[in-house]
Amino acid sequence: MVVGGVVASAVGIALALAIDWFPTLASTQAGKVHTLYDVLLIASVPIFVLVLTVVIGAVIQFRMRPGQEDQDGPPIHGNTLLEVVWTAVPALLILGLCAYSYVVLRDIEEAPASERQEMTIGVTGQQFAWTFTYPKEIAGGEKPLSTTELVLPVDRPVKFDIQAKDVIHDFWVPEFSVKLDAVPGITTSYRITPDRRGTYPVVCAELCGLGHSVMRSRVRVVTPDEFDAWLQEQSQPAVPEGADESQLAAAGKQVFAGSAGCGACHTLADAGTNGQIGPDLDEVLKGVSEDKIRTDIVDPEAEIAEGYGAGVMPTNFEQTLSASELDALVAYLKEATQ
Amino acid sequence: MSLRAPGFPRAGLGILLAVALAYGLVIGVRALYGWDPVLDGDAVLQVALIAAPFGFFIGFGLFDYWFRWASGAPTVPEEHSSHGARSWKDYFRVNTDHKVIGIQYVVTSFFFLLVGGMFAMLVRAELAQPGMQFVNPNAYNGLFSVHASILIFLFIIPVFAGFANYVLPLMIGAPDMAFPRLNALSYWMLPVAGIMMLASFLAPGGSFSTGWTAYAPLSTEAPIGQVFFTIGVQFAGASSIATALNFLVTIITMRAPGMSFFRMPLLVWANFSTSLLVVIATPFIAASQFFVLLERALGFNFFEVTRGGDVLMYQHVFWFYSHPAVYIMMLPGFGIISEILAVKSRKPIFGYRMMAFSLLAIVVLGFTVWAHHMFVSGMQEWIRVPMMITTAVIAVPTGIKIFSWLATLWKGVLHLDTPMLFALGFVTMFTLGGISGVMLAMIPFTIHVSDTYFIVAHIHYVLFGGSLFTIFAGAYYWFPKMTGRMYDERLGKLHFWTTFVGFNLTFAPMHLIGIEGMPRRVADYAQEFAGWNLFISIASFVVGLSTLVFVYNMVVSWRAGIRAPANPWKALTLEWQVSSPPPIFNFDTIPTVVGGPYEYGVPGAVHGVFKGAEVKTTATPAGAAPVGD
Ligand code: HEC
Ligand SMILES: [Cu+2]
Ligand SMILES: [Cu+2]
Repeated sequence: MVVGGVVASAVGIALALAIDWFPTLASTQAGKVHTLYDVLLIASVPIFVLVLTVVIGAVIQFRMRPGQEDQDGPPIHGNTLLEVVWTAVPALLILGLCAYSYVVLRDIEEAPASERQEMTIGVTGQQFAWTFTYPKEIAGGEKPLSTTELVLPVDRPVKFDIQAKDVIHDFWVPEFSVKLDAVPGITTSYRITPDRRGTYPVVCAELCGLGHSVMRSRVRVVTPDEFDAWLQEQSQPAVPEGADESQLAAAGKQVFAGSAGCGACHTLADAGTNGQIGPDLDEVLKGVSEDKIRTDIVDPEAEIAEGYGAGVMPTNFEQTLSASELDALVAYLKEATQ
Repeated sequence: MSLRAPGFPRAGLGILLAVALAYGLVIGVRALYGWDPVLDGDAVLQVALIAAPFGFFIGFGLFDYWFRWASGAPTVPEEHSSHGARSWKDYFRVNTDHKVIGIQYVVTSFFFLLVGGMFAMLVRAELAQPGMQFVNPNAYNGLFSVHASILIFLFIIPVFAGFANYVLPLMIGAPDMAFPRLNALSYWMLPVAGIMMLASFLAPGGSFSTGWTAYAPLSTEAPIGQVFFTIGVQFAGASSIATALNFLVTIITMRAPGMSFFRMPLLVWANFSTSLLVVIATPFIAASQFFVLLERALGFNFFEVTRGGDVLMYQHVFWFYSHPAVYIMMLPGFGIISEILAVKSRKPIFGYRMMAFSLLAIVVLGFTVWAHHMFVSGMQEWIRVPMMITTAVIAVPTGIKIFSWLATLWKGVLHLDTPMLFALGFVTMFTLGGISGVMLAMIPFTIHVSDTYFIVAHIHYVLFGGSLFTIFAGAYYWFPKMTGRMYDERLGKLHFWTTFVGFNLTFAPMHLIGIEGMPRRVADYAQEFAGWNLFISIASFVVGLSTLVFVYNMVVSWRAGIRAPANPWKALTLEWQVSSPPPIFNFDTIPTVVGGPYEYGVPGAVHGVFKGAEVKTTATPAGAAPVGD
């Protein structure tokens, strides 16, 4: 049985390590957390196998056989040595794991050697959208840059300063392996260094109300050049000066389905979205004036659509969308729903 | 039907008067302050939710004796009319017999298991595919919130209190609990709390939908359905505090002669430890919900940051209860497993004293770890490491228990019937839950998986594979004692295997999708998780169906099972030394305890002997089958 247990442990560990548990590892922190998890698996599997082996072994060897109905087992009351062993060994194992976890914790939270290299980005959670704010030194403009999409240059350490406007949210990119609550009234922060280019989801991990499951955005990790180009682009108006109707509507469609995240909550056939948190815009916007549409977007509380609650649609689109984006969005909605 | 005698008609009147009082109070106060409108629906509702249960309790007769006594009126001398059950109707009145109350508790709790389980089925139906199919996001959030609240506060916690109510006085050789009237009140608070939580679905804006954790400020801003939780929890909590006090006093003062602490069965030890936890911790959840209520109803400010509130304070107070609560939901189960493993292995419990001490160690350590639920909450950072260590260290006393159970099995003569199967299922599944628990103590890992399906998997391994398996084990084990009938062994085994397999298929994959990035409490999820979610939903329906096998077995066996002998398992503990079901005052002669409770295999060993004066005998058994033979 001992041999069986050792073999089963080895097989169990091999299987557990073979499973692809984690999403893509896209930050230096994620790699360390993954290694920690592997160590935890290696420590845990033998314990589980031990318990399972003893239970199955006992069932096979000691189950009541015909004729034993009235028999009892031997009256063994305990064994001091065994009891000391199974108190001390787990205790040592556990303290070892704690020590290792502490080292990993320090590692993943360590500030980068040079402060100048680090970029600080503001993250604001609000029912049910994320806003990212780049300081003006980075944005290169007159004022900080606010966006609904997060873009990061690869290999550059970032510190997120996280805030919440209404209730608690939680800022998480599974591929970065670090998360932290956004708490009303305080600023929380964590650091990561993205080390793999790609597009990953930004997820709200703390129940924050009706739209919790659609409180998603995305983060793009790009090369430094692409990042600079993106910053440039952000300072340009989204819609070229003097764009004609169809250019405007096309830009609006981009905003609707993409960066503003309207599609997560609203159904709109033309944009191919089918969110169900808010009203079906194909229906409710028929024959509605542009002015009214604009108010609906920038000040959703002004008039609450029938059958829906207040406080669900974000109230900050006037800040997160530029004036030209807003114009484009309104023009698009007008066109798409007539 | 008399409106003067205690009972349901008078309780109905009590409720009406309480609602009238709520209207009067609200209108009166608002008029005096000149507030507009004078009649505020939400205000009336909140006052009524507090007042109506008291109207019910008083009308139902739970306070009659105390009122008389307090007012100096002559009390009715105890003629034991409120003792025992001769027909099913006796379960629907104020009854002070611990055996009747035990059955009331257990049956009510299992009713809520079915309700809470049904909500789980609806949740899984919605999650079977990405996108929204059956319910809207508001209803979805309501479903998982009520699912958790009902199963925690109206199933796991009270069902353990129910089993202990029935068997604990018998085990220590006592005729009843120390405070039988308080015991009745404790029970009747439960259906009130449960109905209140379920009624929240009728509230404007839907049921409470902020999870069973009800974090502020989400809960202080939520629609009025929230207060059905806020107030419902107060009644469930008061009920468990009262019961815990009752257990403590009963255990300390009412043990039979010779029943020293170290001759007590481990179920008694387990409930002693649990009761300590309840008495110390439960006031904290009461406080956390009072904060929410006061903020909502009376404009106090605890959590509104623009007015100096502190959001994290809620979580500290809440988890100061809710971490110990996981032991409140587990220690009684440890007790049940110790009873069953000893009896069914025909061996003494291995390391009895360490088993008792490890329970106490868990009680103490349990109060030092609450902030492990807050590793990503934004609280002060330094507290995380000490709490990681204390959390992980709890695995040591828990490990002692698991290893001692394994050693108890070794060389025994294992009777592999249904209670034993569930006990063995528990030992293995709870080990998995414990292992993922130690992983979750490790801060960097928790930072990644907190608020994901990994947590959902962990808590279900602990509360389903752990607590619920022990509850099923206990239900089958004491079924003969409580009903006087035997259950159907074949159906019992079918129940075990379907539950065991379905449970693992449902919850094991959740570890994976959690680490991969699926957050919990979401009505909708990313396309990449669609495959596993469909798989999980189908598996969960197997678990749902397996529960029907259990219900069928229990109902049919209770009505028509074969008669149970006094001691079908040849157990030594005292509850098996009396008839099944036991006589109305438990023991016709008070037993004297002369040895340990688990001396199996020791030739001629007994735990208790019946000698000395006969006590008053009554022939009618208590807790008889609900329908005539
Ligand atoms: C988190 C979910 C959510 C997001 C994101 C969201 N909305 Fe809404 N929206 C709602 C809800 C709920 C309502 C109905 C309540 C109300 O009127 O405020 C609504 C109402 C509206 C209305 C008014 C409908 C009517 O009946 O007149 C318009 C127009 C609208 N949204 C457009 C948008 C646009 C454009 C965006 C993206 C910039 C957007 N919404 C983003 C949830 C959302
Ligand atoms: Cu959120
Ligand atoms: Cu905990």
